[in-house]
Amino acid sequence: MTTMKLSDLAKTIRSKNAGTDKITFDVIFREAAAYEQVKRSRALTRQSVSQLLKINPNRITDFVEYDPAYAIKFTILRDRPSGSAGDGDIFGAQQYAPLLDVEIELDN
Amino acid sequence: MKSLKIICPNGHLGFAPLKVESFRLGVAAKPDYIAADSGSDDIGPVPLGTDTCASPAAWQEHDLEHMLLAARELGVPMLIGSAGDTGTNSRVDMYVEMIRKIARRHDLPPFRIGWFYSEVDRELVRAQISSGHAVAGLDARPDLTEDELDATTRVVAMAGVHPFVELLAQDCDVIIGGRSSDSAIFAAPALFHGFPEAQAYYLGKVLECASFCAEPYGAKETVLGEITNDWVEVTAMHPGQRCTVASVAGHAMYERSNPYHEYVAGGLLDMTDCHYQQVSEKTTRVTGMRFVPATELRVKLEGSGKVGERFVGMAGIRDPYTIANVDEVIAWSRAQVVERFGPEGWELHYNVFGRDGIMGPLEPLRDQPGHELLVVVQGLAPTREMAEEVTMTGTRQLFYARLPDVKGTAGGVSFVLDEVLPASPAHRWTLNHTMRIDNPLSLFPTQTATIGEAATSDA
Repeated sequence: MTTMKLSDLAKTIRSKNAGTDKITFDVIFREAAAYEQVKRSRALTRQSVSQLLKINPNRITDFVEYDPAYAIKFTILRDRPSGSAGDGDIFGAQQYAPLLDVEIELDN
Repeated sequence: MKSLKIICPNGHLGFAPLKVESFRLGVAAKPDYIAADSGSDDIGPVPLGTDTCASPAAWQEHDLEHMLLAARELGVPMLIGSAGDTGTNSRVDMYVEMIRKIARRHDLPPFRIGWFYSEVDRELVRAQISSGHAVAGLDARPDLTEDELDATTRVVAMAGVHPFVELLAQDCDVIIGGRSSDSAIFAAPALFHGFPEAQAYYLGKVLECASFCAEPYGAKETVLGEITNDWVEVTAMHPGQRCTVASVAGHAMYERSNPYHEYVAGGLLDMTDCHYQQVSEKTTRVTGMRFVPATELRVKLEGSGKVGERFVGMAGIRDPYTIANVDEVIAWSRAQVVERFGPEGWELHYNVFGRDGIMGPLEPLRDQPGHELLVVVQGLAPTREMAEEVTMTGTRQLFYARLPDVKGTAGGVSFVLDEVLPASPAHRWTLNHTMRIDNPLSLFPTQTATIGEAATSDA
């Protein structure tokens, strides 16, 4: 079974605040083929993402496979509001890094 | 009116200056309105709590000047929402004053300005709670309690289209808004001219971040939106950017928890069945949006409360044994603060960069720290003097931490500065809630004036 890293398949992998209490993650692909491949691989699901970030799946408020933009998007609740003392990322903009190395199994 | 055109030059006016070239191209396209949002809650709770800006006045004035001169040149209205990052009353007054100053500097012919405020008296919120109308928590927050309200320094309500439409109806040429929903700034003129809600709110949604709906990536460039009764089109003004099906559809996701739904005061914009079509090289057309009116009018409240005065310290670690035991080093420092000040009445926060300083408990590689670490220390206390001493103790005692097998006994950490630095008072977001209101204008008092009259009675 061949695998590829998510960062080699996706055009954009990013994270950002969605309001004061949530961080949203976007994984966007250039074309349908890569997007469908990642969807089929089941490497990005509520379950896998909550394991990767070591959070209870109930902290994932939204998980959407968004066909119009070839994108997989999910949103998590922060453990405290953005900008509270000790928050290391007020904008939530550097939380996506662990997604880069997620291995995607290729089925062809 | 068959169609209406609005340009947006900046997704967060003031946070970084707009780019002039694409803005001038946008102005040359003869828009009917020029509008921009100047607010964000991304900047954290400090600016709202301390009633300050996150953006330098020079950048705010730069953008307001370009927009005002262009708007007066074209003879079209200019709309700004969430003045000065937070949209508090003082920030609205500050923007109105900047507009007066720019008008004087350029000797502009008279024009009408309108503005509205968004700050909410805490007692009004308390009255809602006491009368049994829950101030409902968003994003898994519990309903607001009076205790949490007491911990709040300042509250703003997020205006919908209503105060903007009211001021347009009063023939204002320039509108400066308090805290506003970003899409409302653009939806308001479209609704004022009779376009349908679905298309109007979609227009706002797609324009509010300016060139973030275009590709390749490049912020602060102007985009032009056009609305009819059937569709919304969006066009990149920068010569090197295009609005494509992918960039426009992709933008629906940006900074939103869900790409299909956008809640505004008065309803829900449903983008589930949006259809995107490239109609020319730089333009994408969107159809199929829907609007679901709300059964009850609820307005979003943002509140920030002060936690304490704050100082910041920093310490580096290179010894691999100390790195492996950094939690013990931190525990030692904390214990020294407990010894000095007791267990309560202060806070210490440690971010360990090189291990998990950015992601905290979400960090998957927490057990693989780098070969050097930076520990950033934040100390909070009721007074500046105490905050400084808490932070100094919490930082300097890292140097004296007692690890059983450490070889380096002359000092356990490195210092770039042997001092602690004053920082903004620590705040936290206390309100992210919604409150029921009967009259959509009641929380947003409006005012108008004429700027530039020979006898400037109001200036």
